[in-house]
Amino acid sequence: MLKDMTIGQYYPGNSLIHRLDPRVKLLGTLVFIISLFTFSSISAYALATVAVLTVVAVSRVPLRYILKGLKPIFILMLITILFNLFMTPGTAVLQIWKLKMTEEGIRFAIHMAVRLTYLIIGSSILTFTTTPNSLTDGLESGLGWMNRLHVPVHEIAMMMSIALRFIPILMDETDKIMRAQEARGADFQSGGVFHRVKAMVPLLVPLFVSAFRRANDLALAMEARGYHGGAGRTKMKPLVYHRKDWIAFLVMAGYVAAQILLRIFVKI
Amino acid sequence: MKSSDRRSIIEGHDLTYEYLHYDDDGNVDASYRALKGVSLDVKEGQFIAILGHNGSGKSTLARQLNALLVPSGGTLFVDGLDTREEKNVGAIRQAAGMVFQNPDNQIIASVVEEDAGFGPENMGVPTKEIWERVRKALKAVGMWEYRESSPNRLSGGQKQRVAIAGVIAMKPKCIVLDEPTAMLDPGGRAEVIRTVRELNRTDGITVILITHYMEEVIYADRVLVMDEGAVVMSGTPREVFSNVRALKEIRLDVPFVTELADRLKERGVPLPDGILTVEELTEELEKIRHGDQNRAS
Repeated sequence: MLKDMTIGQYYPGNSLIHRLDPRVKLLGTLVFIISLFTFSSISAYALATVAVLTVVAVSRVPLRYILKGLKPIFILMLITILFNLFMTPGTAVLQIWKLKMTEEGIRFAIHMAVRLTYLIIGSSILTFTTTPNSLTDGLESGLGWMNRLHVPVHEIAMMMSIALRFIPILMDETDKIMRAQEARGADFQSGGVFHRVKAMVPLLVPLFVSAFRRANDLALAMEARGYHGGAGRTKMKPLVYHRKDWIAFLVMAGYVAAQILLRIFVKI
Repeated sequence: MKSSDRRSIIEGHDLTYEYLHYDDDGNVDASYRALKGVSLDVKEGQFIAILGHNGSGKSTLARQLNALLVPSGGTLFVDGLDTREEKNVGAIRQAAGMVFQNPDNQIIASVVEEDAGFGPENMGVPTKEIWERVRKALKAVGMWEYRESSPNRLSGGQKQRVAIAGVIAMKPKCIVLDEPTAMLDPGGRAEVIRTVRELNRTDGITVILITHYMEEVIYADRVLVMDEGAVVMSGTPREVFSNVRALKEIRLDVPFVTELADRLKERGVPLPDGILTVEELTEELEKIRHGDQNRAS
């Protein structure tokens, strides 16, 4: 069930995109998403399409694999499109009972669909090509300036990386508890969705108890190894910008400039 | 060099520790004495084993050695530093590294090499030296080939070796292992014990192994047996295991061979006390058989 989710997973590889500094990729994703919402003409979307396809090609992650990640949000997208189609006021194109489909609605719906799709694709390229660890490293050093605003950046990054480390362990544990309960007659398989969800509730108590015990042990182990927060810590793998990262920044700037030029000179 | 000439790395005198339970208003409403006047003196380079049943206070003692807990009474010096002094804590944790029971709950990073580097990172070691230390530590425990693996893919014994590497990378003088094999299968247990012995013999790291598996303590220089918060027996493994009955009274098992020898002795077979390995027993039995043959002829 959880294994089918490709969204948010790492796709091992050694492409140029994989080797870029995570901070570059984070900024790139951010710039791309912002551009989707600020430049919303047909030409802008065309440029965004070219950009996305180029990055995907360079990253060597199969396009099919990326599109599979869109599946879980398909329903969300459908609802967004329907709402936009029928709830936007304007000139009616089609009327079904009391619902009016408007011209503005159609335009809006297309915009939303494109934006959502590209948003997901853009952010999945980031997670496909960046290990969770370098992602948190990138966030930690990329957002280091927020320390001055008293945001505990290091602590948040540490929590994220520990959470990522424990996901498979807790999944294993859930599996074990499920089997133990099944052995004593619990039924997780039959019945409707509601019934099955209800059957999961007794799983949560032992799972939480064990998660807290693990947290306690881990805190002790971290303390025993001299952990005392982010101050005075050195890095085993410090992030350093290389030439390819600077070039990537330039490409990014080029993309934004092209979008602005399109907006000024091309009126579609 | 005799062990008495060496420097003491751990000196505990009359240690007591009380767990306090607080009521809702923050007043102490119950207390439990986990340690009742324990004294110990561990010399540099020694291999010490601490045996005891659940609740004997052995884990509490282990946590004192790393300044995770501070004695309620008595004094404890680790590498010459008083554990009650707040400012010594960093140095003590570096001098006496600690390995815990559950391998999953002490590995912090999702890549083996990054976990080994966690301790040095906390100590503020420069990047280049961290790599140097990580390489040495992972090689010492035989996990260098797995440096880029995820800990989730490793066996229990391998995970525990990674945890040991994480401690070695901090260049400790002493490693305290709190039941490191309790959750492992026999293969993993042997792996971990072999690694620990190796470190003790080749690198001269002091080892304090806390366990309730008797087979693991036969290589120790000295064994301390704990029960109800006190040290009840102390000596070489042979001395301790020659007292089968006393060990059984505090619900500890002796190694299978030792017990077999003890029972044979009860039935009148003239065997010496404290036999620890199968080889020793067969040798002794051979001697007796030869003796019988000689007498018969």
